[in-house]
Amino acid sequence: MEKESKAKEGIKGWINPAKYGKFGIERFAWILMRITGLGLLAYFIGHIIETGNILSGEGAWNEMLAMTQTTEGHVFLALVIGMCVFHTGNGIRLMLGQMGYGIGKPARPDYPYKPQSLNMKGKACIYATIGVAALAMWYGIAVMFG
Amino acid sequence: MMIMRESIVMKIHYGTAIGAVFLVAIHIMMRMTQDFHESLEYENVIANYEMIGYAILLELILVLISVHGFNGLRVILLEMKQGPSYEKGVTYGCIASMIALVAYGSNTIIQAHLGMV
Amino acid sequence: MAQVNQEISTEKSQTVLSSSKSVTLRISRSNPEIGTEEKFDEFVVPYEKYSTVLDAILSVKSHLDHSVGVRYSCRQASCGSCGMKINGKPKLACFTKIVELDSNVITIEPMDNFPVVRDLVVNFTRMFNNHKKIMPYVVSNDSEITPGTNVKEMLQTPEDVEKYIQFSSCIKCGLCNSACPTMAMDTSFVGPQALAQAYRYIADTRDHGKKNRLKIIDESHGIWRCHFAGSCSQVCPKGVDPAMGIQLLRSYLLGLRD
Repeated sequence: MEKESKAKEGIKGWINPAKYGKFGIERFAWILMRITGLGLLAYFIGHIIETGNILSGEGAWNEMLAMTQTTEGHVFLALVIGMCVFHTGNGIRLMLGQMGYGIGKPARPDYPYKPQSLNMKGKACIYATIGVAALAMWYGIAVMFG
Repeated sequence: MMIMRESIVMKIHYGTAIGAVFLVAIHIMMRMTQDFHESLEYENVIANYEMIGYAILLELILVLISVHGFNGLRVILLEMKQGPSYEKGVTYGCIASMIALVAYGSNTIIQAHLGMV
Repeated sequence: MAQVNQEISTEKSQTVLSSSKSVTLRISRSNPEIGTEEKFDEFVVPYEKYSTVLDAILSVKSHLDHSVGVRYSCRQASCGSCGMKINGKPKLACFTKIVELDSNVITIEPMDNFPVVRDLVVNFTRMFNNHKKIMPYVVSNDSEITPGTNVKEMLQTPEDVEKYIQFSSCIKCGLCNSACPTMAMDTSFVGPQALAQAYRYIADTRDHGKKNRLKIIDESHGIWRCHFAGSCSQVCPKGVDPAMGIQLLRSYLLGLRD
């Protein structure tokens, strides 16, 4: 009887860094999409709870601001900006791909069998999204730190 | 047990994503109508909540991002483990969390808008 | 622990070496049936500039250790039998030259996401079941040729054929399923191979089974668990590009195509 545990690679298939060198930027974009999604969800829940303090009056609101408007808070918020921009940009790329845009057209395959769907357009979009996210983080830091 | 077909769920996922992008962009730009630190002061925040248009914007963002975010979490959790009771638990758990978050956030928006602070 | 196995087998014969180049193969050994844990055996084998990984493994079997379990058949990337993980990436052993790996040590393991039978041999039952699930045949209302009617051949233009011929190149090697990150965790996922084949038949103008196939894949572990990581297309040895097929298939479910 086959070992059931070998029927799936498990979490190593998601988090093993060696995979990201072998499988290209699209796979890296996939895991980054997951990480940013979870990060943004966690931030969103915290943000809803934190802004709920407005109902407890000015004192509670200022206390909350004192906790969040710190250097660490600004750095964290800059990370959130970066995650948000990447998640949005890559999400748009994925939605366009899933609608059939930018993935090439079916054609008779020929050696060396380069996949059309993993083309330079898609790769450029991923790199551009990462670049724009970095720019947005830089801008956010500039605004928050005055 | 399927509550609705997965293609409908995913259309909602994509629709909420597109809606949220525009609305969050407006929300962020509102912070830029004043100096960043000034925009976070208590009186200015209350003034924003008391504007009906802004309150509706916040409510929409709350609903759209809750739906999109918890559906995304549901997808990740479903991929991590499979089984009928686990999948049911994850689906209902995410729906319940979504409702709870929307309820909590809506309470803040409504009370702040009506000046009940 | 890795063992260096340099003893000649009992036949005490070896091919005359024409090459001075040699490479070390680290081959995964395991036998789940008798409960042996995975270990690696090392073998040093000579190779030529045209030698494939399969040639090297068969050289090990012939001269060094008969007991290495490996599945292979055509040796020309047509049958899809010799899929395995070579230096961490799923590849066909017969289609991977040793020189292109650019490594003195080649680590060879069974494909991920398949139950191991023994050593490098894996069980394809799940993949074949997923493949059968999507109805991998042309569903035609006119499958019976009735004398006296006009129904003869099912005609297609070259343009019609171009729409699906790429996806019909699939040799069911399983490399795409092995590389897929969703399959790494989700044992209920149909997999890129089945989804690409679902598109192959839906895109075929002779087929009338689109509605049923779309219903089959429109479920919580169906097409929607693909997130376009593209690893399937990266490893496909026949240029099927399953990722393209899956995205095109999705546009049917999103209502963007009829």
